[in-house]
Amino acid sequence: MTVRSRSSASNIILTNIETIPGSTITQHLGLVQGSSVRAKHLGRDIAAGLKNLVGGELKGYTELLQEARQEATDRMVQEAQRKGANAIVNVRFATSSLTQGAAELFVYGTAVRVG
Amino acid sequence: MEGWIFFAVLLAIGFFFGSRAEQQHFRDLQRREQALGGLVISVVGAKVALPDAAGAELFVGSVVVSSDYFKTFVAGLLKLVGGRIGVYETLLERGRREALLRMEEAALAWGAERVVNVRIQTAELGGNNGQGIVALEVIAYGTGVR
Repeated sequence: MTVRSRSSASNIILTNIETIPGSTITQHLGLVQGSSVRAKHLGRDIAAGLKNLVGGELKGYTELLQEARQEATDRMVQEAQRKGANAIVNVRFATSSLTQGAAELFVYGTAVRVG
Repeated sequence: MEGWIFFAVLLAIGFFFGSRAEQQHFRDLQRREQALGGLVISVVGAKVALPDAAGAELFVGSVVVSSDYFKTFVAGLLKLVGGRIGVYETLLERGRREALLRMEEAALAWGAERVVNVRIQTAELGGNNGQGIVALEVIAYGTGVR
């Protein structure tokens, strides 16, 4: 149900606090970020339109945004790995809707090395 | 005339199914919140040292909730006079509690004792042309600590 914060291909630790509990930060490697712009597709849109009659959770959109957020997170993790980081601290999420039907999911954080 | 009947039917469907779903959702939320038990959630913690912690991990919970036909119509009327729009207050509450719960359940499944530095964000998806659907995404994220 939730976004998996840890990318399957890596063992980078993500937190949204300023430290990694249990280890000390030895080196700061700067800001890393990842983003993904997604538009909903027609099938989901029609289903959501019907669901909108009775309200409640729109599962199609929840999944769509989770996938997009996962992709943004993966991109951020890849950038951090290129910089030689093994953890990202202070991770933040941001969402902006560009037009009706498309949204940008944006993730950023500070890449660090922990010892 | 047919247009009016169609409108009334939609309104009735929105009202009956929408409020039934809402009540069910609230009962479900309450049950799941009680099941969480001892997990401590805090909004502070970004700068607090956690010397006893062995591991940390980011957890995200998200949900997209939408308004029903009846709510949208009532809100449209209420917007004329302004003031409190109760039908949307319950919608936002549902979204927020659901997102928080999903984050907490994921953290608990991982073995967290507490979740620190929790942040809740809301983003509107529907666009605001008055025609489209009223939908918003709520995400809750925080660092699980064990």
